[in-house]
Parts: sequence; C-alpha cells; structure tokens
Amino acid sequence: MTQLPLLQQFVLLLAALALFLSFVLLAQARLVAAIHAFAWQGVLVAAVTGVVALAGNAHHLYFSAGLTLVLKGLLIPWMLHRLVRRLELSRHTELLRHPALVIMAAVLLVIFSYWLVEPMVAQGLAFTRNIVAVSLAVVLIGLLMMVFRQQAVAQVLGFMSMENGLFLAAVSATAGMPLVVELGVAFDVLVAMVLFGVFFFQIRASIDSLNVDRLNRLTEVEIPPSPPFSRRGADTPTATGASK
Amino acid sequence: MTALLVMVLTPLLGGLVLALLRPLALAGWFNLAVSLITLGSAAWLAWEVAAAGVIASTYFRVDAFNVYLVVLTAFVGVTTSIFSRPYMRHVCASGKISAMSMRIYHSMYQAFMLTMLVALTTDNLGVLWVAIEGATLATVLLVSLYRTPEAVEAAWKYFILCGVGIALALFGTVLTYFAAQHVIADPSAGLTWSVLYERAYELNPTVMRIAFVFLLVGYGTKVGLVPMHQWLPDAHSEGPTPMSAVLSGLLLNVALYAVVRLKMLVDGSLAGTTTPHLAGALLMGFGLVSFMVAGLFLHRQRDIKRMFSYSSIEHMGLMTFAFGLGGPLATFGALLHMLVHSLTKSAIFVTVGHATHIAGTQAIERIRGLIRTQPAVGWALLFGVVAIAGFPPFGVFTSEFLLLTATMQTQPWFTLALVSGLAIAFAGLFRHLHPMVYGAAPEGQQPVSANMLPVVIHLGLVLWLGLSIPDFLVIWLNRATELIAGAPVL
Amino acid sequence: MTVITWLLALLQALLIVALAPLLMGWVRKVKARLQNRRGAPLLQPYFDLHKLLMKEIRVPHTASLLFRAAPYIVFVATWLAAATVPLLALDLPIAQIADIIVLVGLLALARFFLALAGMDVGTAFGGMGASREMLISALAEPAMLMAVFTLAMTAHSTSLVSVMAHHLADGFLLRPSYLFALGALLLVALAECGRIPVDNPATHLELTMVHEAMLLEYSGRHLALMEWAAQVKLLLYGVLITNVFFPWGVAQEFSVTALGVGFMAVLGKLMILGAALALAETTLAKMRLFRVPAFLNLALLLALLGLLSHVILEIGA
Repeated sequence: MTQLPLLQQFVLLLAALALFLSFVLLAQARLVAAIHAFAWQGVLVAAVTGVVALAGNAHHLYFSAGLTLVLKGLLIPWMLHRLVRRLELSRHTELLRHPALVIMAAVLLVIFSYWLVEPMVAQGLAFTRNIVAVSLAVVLIGLLMMVFRQQAVAQVLGFMSMENGLFLAAVSATAGMPLVVELGVAFDVLVAMVLFGVFFFQIRASIDSLNVDRLNRLTEVEIPPSPPFSRRGADTPTATGASK
Repeated sequence: MTALLVMVLTPLLGGLVLALLRPLALAGWFNLAVSLITLGSAAWLAWEVAAAGVIASTYFRVDAFNVYLVVLTAFVGVTTSIFSRPYMRHVCASGKISAMSMRIYHSMYQAFMLTMLVALTTDNLGVLWVAIEGATLATVLLVSLYRTPEAVEAAWKYFILCGVGIALALFGTVLTYFAAQHVIADPSAGLTWSVLYERAYELNPTVMRIAFVFLLVGYGTKVGLVPMHQWLPDAHSEGPTPMSAVLSGLLLNVALYAVVRLKMLVDGSLAGTTTPHLAGALLMGFGLVSFMVAGLFLHRQRDIKRMFSYSSIEHMGLMTFAFGLGGPLATFGALLHMLVHSLTKSAIFVTVGHATHIAGTQAIERIRGLIRTQPAVGWALLFGVVAIAGFPPFGVFTSEFLLLTATMQTQPWFTLALVSGLAIAFAGLFRHLHPMVYGAAPEGQQPVSANMLPVVIHLGLVLWLGLSIPDFLVIWLNRATELIAGAPVL
Repeated sequence: MTVITWLLALLQALLIVALAPLLMGWVRKVKARLQNRRGAPLLQPYFDLHKLLMKEIRVPHTASLLFRAAPYIVFVATWLAAATVPLLALDLPIAQIADIIVLVGLLALARFFLALAGMDVGTAFGGMGASREMLISALAEPAMLMAVFTLAMTAHSTSLVSVMAHHLADGFLLRPSYLFALGALLLVALAECGRIPVDNPATHLELTMVHEAMLLEYSGRHLALMEWAAQVKLLLYGVLITNVFFPWGVAQEFSVTALGVGFMAVLGKLMILGAALALAETTLAKMRLFRVPAFLNLALLLALLGLLSHVILEIGA
C-alpha cells in the first residue's frame, strides 16, 4: 500500500466504493434510489477503467471506459427510469424480507470471493489484482439480489450490477478484453435491457403486478389451470397494493 | 471461406428481411428458403473441411468437430422450418398470436440460427460467449410469444436463469483470458481457442481450475444440467412447438459444445498437476446427476412437452457424462448420441406439436387415442419414443450401447447407474405414452392437416444410423474424436 | 521528564473538560445561524453549567444512593475516557497505558450507570430512556469496535497513539478501509452522542427523547455533571475522529511551539467538524426509533466493509 502511487490508490478506493454500492443496491427499498445507486456504480466502474488506463498508460482502455460510462452510467439507468415512470412505479418501495440475514450473506460472499481468488492473484500481475476479488463479490452480490428481490425491476438491477462486476473483472484481471468481445458484450447487455423493458409490460399485463414471486404457476407438480389468475391477486389485497 | 461467409450472412440478412416482410404466407416460405440456403452453404463448408482439414481465419475456425454440428444445426433448421410454416399459420389463424408476433417469430428464428452458427464456428471464446448470450436473447421473446401468464413466467425464468448462468460463464472467460495473458504475448490472441489450445500446458492450472468451474456452471445452465435446469422444462413447454424442437435439438448441443471445447483447454492445463482429470470428473458428476434426476422427474409429468424436455435433460446428462469420461470410444459415442438425439428429439417435438393440435391441450391425460384419430401422428409418436428410449433398430441404441461399453471399460461401477437410469427413463416415457397412443379417442376428435415429412426424414435417418452408420460419417466422427480425445477410435 | 509528561497529560485532561462546553456552544451557534436565528452566545453552555452548579439539589424520595452517585461516576468515567485520546501530543503516559478497548470500556461503564440512574427513580420516562439507550448502544458498540479494529489492523496495535503515529509516518494515503471506518465512526458518534437523526438533544418531547429522558429527575449539581459529561463525550468523539483520521498537526515532541501548533490544529479541526455536525442536523430529520437499528446496521456494515477492504485491497498491494 505504501509504495503505490496516488493514482493506483485511487483505483482501489473507487473499486471499494463500487462494492459498497452493491450493498446499497441490495438493501435499498426505494426503486428509484436503487436505480441511482446502480448508475453511480456504473460511473465508478467507468472511473476505475479510466484511472487504470491513466495509471497503466493503456490507451485502449479509454474507449472501454467511455463505453461503460455511456452504457452503464447513463443509458441503462435512463431507460430504467423511463420504464419505472411509465409503469408508475416511481414511488414503489419493497423491503427485503430478512435484511440483516441477506446483508450478512453478502458479507460472506465477499469473504468467499476473496478466498476463491486469493491463490490465483498470488500469481501476481498488475496492481489491480486485488480488485479481482471485489469484482467477483460484485457479481455474486448481484446474483444474491436476483434471488432475494421479488420485484422484476430490482431483479434486473441485480442482473445489470452483475454485469458491472464483470466489466470490473475484465479491467482488473486482464486490463480489458479484446475490442470485439467488449463491443459484443455491450451490445448483448443493451439488447437484454430492451427485452427486459418489453417483459416488464408483458408481466404486468399477465399478473397485474411486477412482483415476480407471484409468477408461480409453473411448478413441478402441475396444477391444472382452473383458478383464474386474477382471483389470486384479489385474495391478497396487500399484495396487489404493492403494485400500485 | 466463402461458404462460411455465406452461411453466416444468410440468416443475418434473412432475419432482417423477415422482420420487415408483411405477407404472412410468404414469410413461412421465405424462412424455409433462407434455411435451405444456410444448409446448402453448410454442406459446402463441410465439403471444404473434409478436403482441407481445418479452415481458419482471425475469428473463425472450422474443424471436423464443429462442422459436424454446423451441418446438424442447419439440417434441423430446415426440417423445423418445413414444419413451422403450416404449424405457425395454424396458430396464427386460431387467433393465439398476432401478425406482428409472427414477424417476430420468423425474424428471431433466423437470428437464433445465426447465433448458433456463429457460436459453433467462432475461434474466439469471447465471441462464443456473445453468441450464446445472443441465442438467449433471440429465443426469449419466442418463449413468451403466446403471452399467457404461463408463457410470460417461463420466459422470465428462462431469461433470468440463463442470464445469471451466462454471466458466470463470462467471469470464467475473463479468468481464462487472465491465465492466457501470462503465456501469450499478443493480447488480441488471448481468447483465441486454437492459440490457447496449442499452449494449454502453459496455462496456470490454479486459474484454469477456478475458471472452469465458472464456465461449467455458466454454460451448463444452458445445457440444462441439474440443478441449473429449472428454466428448461418451462421454456420448452410454454413456447411454440417449433421453438421447443430447435431449443432441444440445437441450443443444448451448442452449449455442450462450448463446455467440451473448454474442457479440452483445461485438460491441457491440468495435465501436469495432481488432479489431471478434474474437468472430466466434474462433467461426469453433473452429467450423472442430471441423467438420474431427469429420469425420475419423467414419471411425474402431466404436460407432454414438459415430459419430453425432461427427456432432453436426461440425454444431455448422458452426453455430458460421456464427454467427462473421455477416451476415444466414449467421445465417439457422445458425438453420435448428439446427432441421433437432436434428430429424434426434434422429430418428437414436431409430432407432439401435431398431437397437441389434435387434442387441443398439452395435458397428457387429455391426449388420447392418437392412432385412431390420426394414425400418422400416433405412429410417429410411438416410433419417436421407441427411438429416444433406445430400442435396437434405432440409432440411439447404437450410441447408448457404445457409451455403456466405454463406461464398462473404464469405470465399470457407473454402468450400473447408467443402466438403471435408462430403465427408469424408459418406464417413465412408456407409462405416459401408452394411453396417449392407444387409448380410446374422445368424442369428436378430428385429425388436423399435418406435414409429417420432417418426422419421416428424421426418424428415417435415425433408423438408418441404427442399422448401419455410413462410412463417410464414421470417418468424420473419427476425426472429431481424434481432435477431442487425442486418439481415433478405430 | 516523566513528571513533565504527566503534568502535560493532566493539562490535556483539564483542557478537554474546559473545552467541551465550548464545542457544544459552537455547534449550537452555527446551527442557529444556519436556521437564520441569532442564537445564544458562544459561551452560553458555561453560563448554564455555572448556574446549575450554584443551584440546590432536589432528589426524588424514591431515589437510592445510586441516583446520587451516578453523576460523579458518569462524569469521571467519561473524563477518563476522554483523557486517553491524544488531544495535543502523541507520547503522553496515559495514552501509553490505555488503548482503544479501555476507551470503549470506560464509555460503556458511564453508559451503564447512566441507564441505572434513569431506572432508579422508577418513573416511566427514566425506564423508557434507559431501555432505548441500551438498544442503541448494543448496536453501536460492535460497529465502533469493528471500525476501531480496522484502524488497529493497519497499525498492528490497538493503541491510539500507535495508530496515529503509523498514519503520520505513512503520509497521505487513500485507504478504502479508512474511508469506510470513518463513515462507520461518524454514524456511531451521531448515535452515541444522541444527535439528530438518532436523538434530538434540543427537545424534551416525551415520545422521542432518549438521553434527556434519563436525566429528567436530575437537578442542580447532578444535572450539571450529567450535561457536562455529555459535552465531554461529544468532544471525545470529535477528537477521536479528527485526530485519528486527520492526525496532521498533533505535536510529536514536547516543545512549546509544537504544542501550540497542536492546540491550534485541533481547534481548527473541531471547528470544522462542529460546523459539519450543525449542517447535518439542520438538513436531516430525526428518524423514528424503529429505524435506528437499520441506521446502526449501516454503521456495522461500513465497519465490516472497512475490515474486508483492508484485507482484500490493502494487504499485499
């Protein structure tokens, strides 16, 4: 730590903040605030890329930083914002069921990532090698978020934050992927976002809510489709209230 | 090289044109025409590869292993589009979907073919990832095409689960690239499979071991390995039937192809360590669990398409096990099994599509007396199931027999598990099949206009492969086996 | 030499007690200004203490001996805790014999007697305040210890002096772990000193008060001591945060100029921190008591992340 130049210390700091934002995303009850947290995480990943480019004099990373900033910091949050407004979810809040347990699980995931990556980074590469564990943690916390959040938009946020972790991994472990791959991944993420948008409307049209845990018709023990789905919503007024 | 270019560009342009093409009657024919051109160029490519051995450029590389899957993919693409033309018109005419959805369907059909072919022919692990993720994106709208709550739920599950899986695979790809950077000076070649394969023994085993776990879980989700299989029965049962046919027949194969390619790298890297067969052991474990669990789940299915999707999981598990076992004989058997399973399973799904139109439902207990109502469909379903269950005259028997022999040679104890698994699956299929085919037909059940040509072609081929495998195919598969297992089987 | 250093330590301890009301006055003044009020004079807390010390003591007839003893115990324990924090100079003997864990322990002792005194009289408010105080401290203390351990791990010592010396020797470093630990300590300080958004020190609104509820029955000299102890505690946290995270200016030798610079530096830092506190209290609203655990869990999470990011990012970098 002491012998690192200031720019490289700055990279570590940014990466640590990106990890913190993963926790914020995980526990944030208000959807709009969560989207903001996601946007900031995207900006941080872009900033890490930019500073790594500056510190390591890697010019091709500037492009990658710009791409991340536009895609993750601006475009996708903007699309999500628009969707949330059109779905009238701007004031939607959704509390985690067991926040303390989930957060502790996330902390354990951070430790697990470190444990997993540690023998690998012992090989040594660039100064960014310590970030690999952080990026894996961001990926796994995104996964955790997709498991524990019931709201479709929140799940998409988890998915997108996983992608943030992957971008961070690409930058920290390998100083960026080849250009073709990076463009391809960005394209896939963008198309996925558009499709997610389409699905929000399809889900709402079919279950009158975006609470995905009510998508429970397909189970292993097949129930004949006798009870109409709208009735299930009417039985639980509190649950329908959440979609408003 | 030209053949490859034509083959990749045809579905791309075809998909774009189909997105804009308004007359529905024309779209079906055009879809078929595009698929035929693709198949033609795939055959041409196979011819070139047979002559030259390997065709390679910066991003593409075609050898005996993948050209074999390319031809299979293009072939199933054609026969499914023959089936899908009248089938989808029937669906559209019955008011289940709109004209707009039909355009999405045709366009995405070609987009899916494009991603499959790119995934198969690319030499770059990053592009491979992009293509397989692209396949999810192309098919996810098709799964929810009917817009029923079930279809939307299935599509969402498919999207989220495969998205997560594929994200983990990307992490594995990043780690592979990380390992490559220590070995290969040129950073742009760090994800090129052929370059990595040549120097696999230099790749850091610790990194590759971790990377392979991520890659296996990631692409294994797409293969439908238990416990990441949850999306598969839902997506197969709720999507339109032609989609089930290509998902089962092609997508699973391509994902398994990716796993096998990566296993080859990891095997090279781990050769000098204390755990040289780690990748194989992992594949065997996942494969065997999938095989057994899916066989058991077959028994409790009530939806006909769900049942056959579990059968797909079972067979993918068997192939994964065989590739994990390694060795020339097992590899040869697995390659043959890939072929016969794809042909049989897509034939079955096509037949099931007709059967559900006859009965008006996918519930097994309400599909009855197919032979009486429409003998062609009834017999086709019967023969299809007989074939997939591994009865002697059909090709599936040959490949399963080879796999059992290979297992007996190297890991005799596993033979017991395999045989009992096959028996369980057989019982599961036939207890449902019998009443569907033979039972008394409900009053007023009418035959539908069915084009049985794809089924006849597929089952005929499977039968032929069961009776005698043609020489050129043996040579072909032998070359692929030599690539994968390091030694020819003959 | 040793006599001089002990004298200096005594001077520093006295200085802390003397300065504590000033910091409180400064925070109130800035807050008033931010709210467009003129506010009480800067020295008003001294006047208040003087007035209270002069007044007669009234003790409820249900109170036991504990009620009378508690103010002295609370005051002395808080004062001792404050004396272990290096205010002006690093190498003072009291800081050598007492480390961070002693500091946390002394504060816990003070809080224990405060809560006991609150319950001793047997009024409803006293008991309520005591139970709330205990809830908050039970959550705040682990977070504080965790944050402090992050610092201790960097310096390989639990002594505040070593932590600061290590930090000074390293020069300016961007440490992710320090950032997280700073965040955690700030949240803990807000909770422990009973500031907004956890508790509002300026109100006696029965439903929301925590600290004030325990002091309701006190009067005269006892009340003065309790108030003074609270002021010392605020100063303690202020000095802890500023001097540990921004130790520049602290005297590392015992010359008059060095001590003078140290004094001016700590005054400046505390003025900035006090202003920041006033600003935060003006902009934030007090949260409901049920939200306080979430608030303190955030502090714990920050402290944990500090610890983790120290291990993951800083070791071997």
